Amino acid sequence: MTEPLQSAIVAQGLTKSFPGVRAVDALSFDVRAGEIFGLVGPDGAGKTTTLRMLAGIMPPDAGKATVAGFDVARDPEGAKHALSYMPQRFGLYEDLTVDENIRFYADLFGVKTAERNTRSTELLVAAGMSEFRKRLAGKLSGGMKQKLGLVCALIHRPKVILLDEPTTGVDPVSRRDFWRILYELVAEGVAILTSTAYLDEAERCHRVALLHQGNLLFCDMPANLKAKFGKGVLSITAPEPRRLRTELEHAEGISSLLLTGDGLHLVVDDAHRRIPEFEARLRRANIPFDAILEVAPSIEDLFVDAVETGASQHA
Amino acid sequence: MPEQSNSVVVESLVKRFGDFVAVDHIDLEVRKGEVFGFLGPNGAGKSTTIRMLCGLLKPTSGRAQVAGYDVGRKPEAVRQNIGYMSQKFSLYNDLKVIENIRLFAGLYSVPARELQSRIEWALTMANLKGQENLITGTLPGGWKQRLALGCAVLHKPPVIFLDEPTSGVDPITRRQFWDLIHQMAEEGVTVFVTTHYMEEAEYCNRLALIFRGKLVALGTPSELKHGSMKGDLLLVECEPLGDAVEALQSVPDVMDAAVFGNSLHLVVRDAEAAIPQLQTYLAGRGIALTRMEKIRPSLEDVFVSLTTGREAAEERKP
Repeated sequence: MTEPLQSAIVAQGLTKSFPGVRAVDALSFDVRAGEIFGLVGPDGAGKTTTLRMLAGIMPPDAGKATVAGFDVARDPEGAKHALSYMPQRFGLYEDLTVDENIRFYADLFGVKTAERNTRSTELLVAAGMSEFRKRLAGKLSGGMKQKLGLVCALIHRPKVILLDEPTTGVDPVSRRDFWRILYELVAEGVAILTSTAYLDEAERCHRVALLHQGNLLFCDMPANLKAKFGKGVLSITAPEPRRLRTELEHAEGISSLLLTGDGLHLVVDDAHRRIPEFEARLRRANIPFDAILEVAPSIEDLFVDAVETGASQHA
Repeated sequence: MPEQSNSVVVESLVKRFGDFVAVDHIDLEVRKGEVFGFLGPNGAGKSTTIRMLCGLLKPTSGRAQVAGYDVGRKPEAVRQNIGYMSQKFSLYNDLKVIENIRLFAGLYSVPARELQSRIEWALTMANLKGQENLITGTLPGGWKQRLALGCAVLHKPPVIFLDEPTSGVDPITRRQFWDLIHQMAEEGVTVFVTTHYMEEAEYCNRLALIFRGKLVALGTPSELKHGSMKGDLLLVECEPLGDAVEALQSVPDVMDAAVFGNSLHLVVRDAEAAIPQLQTYLAGRGIALTRMEKIRPSLEDVFVSLTTGREAAEERKP
């Protein structure tokens, strides 16, 4: 990282209400240069509203947004020049080719021809799309369209990038390409704020803010969040998961029990104590199982636990 | 309806569009009461297969039976015996809850004498009793989903197709929805799920992965996690991360090295042999290692390994 750690994005008490609902409730966080920060939460958690306020296209009811040092409300032009915002439906022209779309956005941002050529070549290689330059955007797969959107959004080398659910509907292989590009950008000192409804994607971010109904549940590095989770997580694989559930449903020490396709996923108070207890119990009941393993908690485990116990920690 | 234990039987199914083979000799069987997941990247042949199984597209060759009916010869009978639900397109948002139910009952030709009891059943199942007159568009996501499911099964189909049924909903709602699905399966309904959302795949009893028109893996989620990755997965925490990726990508035994948040994920042939070697290698390059251990691959790791591995293999062919 060449640039000093500084806050490229600062949200201070951002609040926005729509009739009958507080979409974002006094949200504060900051994103540093060279960092991928994930705004993670289900549909309706307030992710899009937050991004729109940061991008300067929706005024907050209260609070302040600063992007690349510019106060978004007072100096929207300055902020807009430094940032790139990719909404869920990025405006690609389906009847233009990949190259033509890129050229359109380059002209829009005033990028010079020579710079456009080097930059687009570099980005198309990273996106694995070099051979599709002459293809119409409308003929690209969903994952390719998202990658092209990203290429267009990056053509003017913004310092701050705001991405709204860039990987929704994108298959895991394209999703991985997408993340590889993001990691390359942060290595150059860009700050990235990305939202996702896939909780497992939170693991790929340097830091995450977990949102639920406009409120911040947690904000930290994924590894720290997991380390702070005071409960154990068990995974049991078994040929007849339903029988397993019936047997363990009312066992002591379980705070969450989830039937998966080939077993159970449990959150317990104390893994070391419960593993032998459950093993003994299943053997007594003559229920076959392959193994009880202690596994690392997923971000979903943390999310569900926080919502169910009503424990929200305001950062 | 013919009685049998497999609700979906696919034998050597092929679909060609001109020179392009979209589905290339697929075989699979789904048991009655099974929750079966069908995965694959965009363009792999997933939708084409589903359209054939739903009786909407004629196979070029091969055979598929759904709920006992041949999809090529009896597409009408197939369509009467399946339910279909997709997260995105199922409901009319500007209709009331009850109007959506009646509409679907009409579309699926639910007999008049059963109509009232089926409506009651759907409302109870979806936990929407007393909410019949709400406008569908104003319902919370989880309610809408249960309503969509209720509408898709009004005609008591023995087989239901779900397309990314819970993408984007919060995990608690998602868990409740899958409980409902498992209950239906317990009562003997066969559930065929398509998704590229690995959190949904975990809820399936068995999974099939399709790539370039061919079936490349089939098994329970844990079978796939244990048996189908080529090599072992290592988690590496070190500093500086960027230098480490570059250095590791040139090691012949490292099949893949990628940044994953604040750490790296490596795919190596054999973890036990690789760990000491890589420790020495990184130390020699001034990279400070804080953690290196073998981890259990996620379904997504398996998915990526199976699809990109093959892509690479095919590119190497002359």
